[in-house]
Amino acid sequence: MSVAHYYETMEYGPAPEADGEARAWLKRHESTFGHFIGGAFAAPRDGKHLTTIEPATGEALAKIAQGSAADVEAAVSAARTAQPHWARLGGHGRARHLYALARMLQRHARLFAVLEAIDNGKPIRETRDLDVPLAARHFLYHAGWAQLQEREFADQVPIGVIGQIIPWNFPLLMLAWKIAPALAAGNTVVLKPAEFTSMTALLFSELAAEAGLPPGVLNVVTGDGATGALLVENPGVDKIAFTGSTEVGRLIRQTTAGSGKSLTLELGGKSPFIVFDDADLDGAVEGVVDAIWFNQGQVCCAGSRLLLQEGIAEDFRRRLIRRMETLRVGPPLDKAIDLGAIVAPVQLERIKALVETGVREGAEKYQAPGAIPSEGCFYPPTLLWNVHPSSTVAIEEIFGPVLVAMTFRTPDEAVMLANNTRYGLAASVWSETIGLALDIAPKLLAGVVWVNATNLFDASVGFGGYRESGFGREGGREGMHEYLKPKVWSGRKVRAKASPPVSSADTAGFGVPSIDRTAKLFVGGKQVRPDGNYSRAVLSPKGKHLGEVGDGNRKDIRNAVAAARSAEAWAKATAHNRAQILYYLAENLSARRDEFVRSIGDMTGVSSAKARAEVDAGIERLFSYGAWADKFEGSIHAPPLRGVALAMHEPVGVVGVACPDEAPLLAFISLVAPLIAMGNRVVAVPSEQHPLAATDFYQVLETSDVPAGVVNIVTGDREALVKVLAEHDDVDALWVFGSQEASVAAERLSVGNLKRTLVDHGLALDWHDRAASEGPILLRHAVQVKNIWIPYGD
Amino acid sequence: MAQSVLMHNPAPAQPHARGESNAHTGARNSGRALEMDWVDEIRINLSAAERRVASLPGRRTVKKDAQAAWLLKAVTCIDLTTLNGDDTTERVKRLCAKARAPVRSDILAALGFAGRDLHTGAVCVYHRFVATAVEALDGSDIPVAAVSTGFPAGLVPHDLKLKEIEASVRDGAQEIDIVITREHVLTGDWRALYAEVRDFRAACGSAHLKTILATGDLKTLRNVAKASMVCMMAGADFIKTSTGKEGVNATLPVTLAMLRMIRVYQERTGYKIGFKPAGGISTAKDVLNYQFLMKEELGRDWLEPDLFRIGASSLLADIERQLEHHVTGRYSAFNRHPVG
Repeated sequence: MSVAHYYETMEYGPAPEADGEARAWLKRHESTFGHFIGGAFAAPRDGKHLTTIEPATGEALAKIAQGSAADVEAAVSAARTAQPHWARLGGHGRARHLYALARMLQRHARLFAVLEAIDNGKPIRETRDLDVPLAARHFLYHAGWAQLQEREFADQVPIGVIGQIIPWNFPLLMLAWKIAPALAAGNTVVLKPAEFTSMTALLFSELAAEAGLPPGVLNVVTGDGATGALLVENPGVDKIAFTGSTEVGRLIRQTTAGSGKSLTLELGGKSPFIVFDDADLDGAVEGVVDAIWFNQGQVCCAGSRLLLQEGIAEDFRRRLIRRMETLRVGPPLDKAIDLGAIVAPVQLERIKALVETGVREGAEKYQAPGAIPSEGCFYPPTLLWNVHPSSTVAIEEIFGPVLVAMTFRTPDEAVMLANNTRYGLAASVWSETIGLALDIAPKLLAGVVWVNATNLFDASVGFGGYRESGFGREGGREGMHEYLKPKVWSGRKVRAKASPPVSSADTAGFGVPSIDRTAKLFVGGKQVRPDGNYSRAVLSPKGKHLGEVGDGNRKDIRNAVAAARSAEAWAKATAHNRAQILYYLAENLSARRDEFVRSIGDMTGVSSAKARAEVDAGIERLFSYGAWADKFEGSIHAPPLRGVALAMHEPVGVVGVACPDEAPLLAFISLVAPLIAMGNRVVAVPSEQHPLAATDFYQVLETSDVPAGVVNIVTGDREALVKVLAEHDDVDALWVFGSQEASVAAERLSVGNLKRTLVDHGLALDWHDRAASEGPILLRHAVQVKNIWIPYGD
Repeated sequence: MAQSVLMHNPAPAQPHARGESNAHTGARNSGRALEMDWVDEIRINLSAAERRVASLPGRRTVKKDAQAAWLLKAVTCIDLTTLNGDDTTERVKRLCAKARAPVRSDILAALGFAGRDLHTGAVCVYHRFVATAVEALDGSDIPVAAVSTGFPAGLVPHDLKLKEIEASVRDGAQEIDIVITREHVLTGDWRALYAEVRDFRAACGSAHLKTILATGDLKTLRNVAKASMVCMMAGADFIKTSTGKEGVNATLPVTLAMLRMIRVYQERTGYKIGFKPAGGISTAKDVLNYQFLMKEELGRDWLEPDLFRIGASSLLADIERQLEHHVTGRYSAFNRHPVG
């Protein structure tokens, strides 16, 4: 090629980034790596290694250690030893370390960028301009939270040793997302990078140690899924934070159920990219490029479902196909490409197979016409047109550069189609009409919504999913809470098991009997007979028969969940309206105070003073949540762009609640009130032994303007009903207080739709202790944070 | 050395590399009736536009021979310009001499361009110097462009504007760079803008009409895009960003908005309209980003001087230094290159 040749053709020509430094680093390690444990590289105990390849060439890149149980144990133990020292270092001390890590990343930015591009196959542009600067930003931002921790999270303590498992699509960036908040909060970490892409984690741990990070604070154990499983199972780990496939996320949920390990999951997605007919269409086309052809489409939040308003669909298709003509696929280290290599042959095969399925099912396929390298793992940018919601490619996450397109007619239909998925990670809305865009954004069931933008990320803005895209947030204040736990819950004791009373056969003889009281269930705003038409006796501690309640079964739960689901309007009611109803509940409970005092005394045998205290605390608690209803607000994040990110508190949805036996009225109110205050609908299973406190509450609900279906109450066998709730795929969250068995069942059975669980593991709460049982400590679990990014400017 | 690992992966062929003629053979835009729908429907999102242009320099670059070639091509697109109150006949002659020989011949030879007639796209002057420039450029293929219509503010009476155009055409100007009345845009009076430009086009006759939008005065990309569309409907051959005298001159987001309108206009009418950014493009690195945007948004054809011009006065000197660096491997200095 000559100057004259380029002058005629005006081609770009090769523009390779130098990779000498990165290759030299590999060579220095003889391309063979151990784990990084306790501040130094450690050879795998059983000597086993895996070979990792360079996706752009298919050639071997390095050998990484295959972590065994002994390796994982060594890493966890190093982290355990370091943790108290790390926590005691204090916020400022940790802030200095995190700041040093941010500076370290900036200092070695190009080395990280080149190594990442070689190892993962993604373009150097992305590693250089996005992955590495964002990773550094995460450390700098979280240095700030460490600095402010003692003041801003004064009632929280670190969780302990965190096991973190990260995917191969953003190896360094996911490392930063995971370890920066964990370390800032005073935890120590055992990180398992993906076996395809462990290089930058190893480089990072090495340079972090050089930058003074104390031994054991960050440990890296490499290996495949088996190593990850060992980390998940290790009893010395207090929390697992996982980013990866929904399938593996489910396994982790099952494995950790009942272990007391806390869990955050950031899983898959099939995120909608909605274009209205009043959008900047060319802007939206570029948005598509950033949505699905960023990182070869191997992005969990990739906008992979294009939803076009019918009137502009054809125009948009033409513009998009024209744009595809200029996309360039090439070697990751070329500085003039848009897409690099797919991470591994197995992924490439999966993409090919899914596209074939799509075409077989009737999709029209368009692929970018530009040449792609003949060797290595490459796949052209692809558009599948004429796809329907029922097509496989519209349902399955492809995790490659493949976009599927569908049309809609109205804004309502756009929302319906967008939400017609099991996932809920992200969404993108394009419209130049502010009213439309801001109306649609809150209606999309996704943790992140971008208005006239896509794939924007920042450390100050929480990221995470709704539904089967997982739970927990990374980034922002909301993300810090995932690595902290309430101090006040630390000292909880295992709940004493009360033996159920035995019925005594005393009757009133020939005196005038009291009028029979048989409480029904409360479903959809009505008192209804249980489906099975059985009832259960309620006895006093001395065995006296106090009445009967319905013995609810799975069909009653089904009906209650359906009623709760259809009470969706509650979520959209104004916070003022919800507050009013909570105050009204308090007012009406107060009017029946004596009745409840008597009933609680009869059921539980407590003194009337204690029963009175419980009722009064319940009234006050309702007031508290009336107060919180319009005050537990979201926040506005200030990411580095001209615009804002609104962190909105949205209700989780339909929430199952199992109440403990102690404080039967106060515990019931303490759990139900925060949920309804935030707009959730509840299916509550009251105390099994003392259900009358809840059934008596029907009349309070009925007289307080609580809309039908907002609170549903099903009495019966608590453990059995919890199982039904846990397995119900239309229940979004489950709170179980009362027993370890029910907690285990709730966590284990929640995997069907990956519901959010809040369980007490059989540890008793003092419901009269406001710090432990009232306010944000529970409200945080009653909402999920949706971040709506709104760039502006004209 | 470290780059050798990439050498076995040849760069992908470009969709536009079809060896087609560089010459733009399309018919001249005749303009068309004002279609208000084409104006009203325009939507442009500033943040999205900014993201596009911000990521482009990371997505496209040229190195070594390709870079030298692109810079040489840029030279052929420069409207070598002098628009100052102290311009004189001799100053304009000097500029014309530079336009004929913009790059030192030894450098051209080293690049394999010995003996090729490589000159700038045009010379751009005030009306007063049109005749001088025409004479100085006699025998070359270099057209003379005259700024006109009360440049730069464009607030002289309309009939005088037409007379000024006619006078420049009479003196031999082949291109007329007019300024629009910004008030028409700022008040949304698209019919008035259309009528004005239509008159300018008629006054130009066979001379090409370049309409300067003064985008720095129009402020919003919406205004820029709508004004672009109206000017094209009124018969513009080129749309041009700035006079060089506004507070903000050519920018990449403004360029993006204008290029997208050119694309829409071509799709609807078949006419290819040229683009000229002006003001503020002073380095080789800057101009490459404009070239990338042209190629990406409009295609290969828009890299040639019949569809792409760059209004610049100091850009050429920087390109010369870069070209010398490419040839010698040593960084160059301004004083090593003859001035215009």
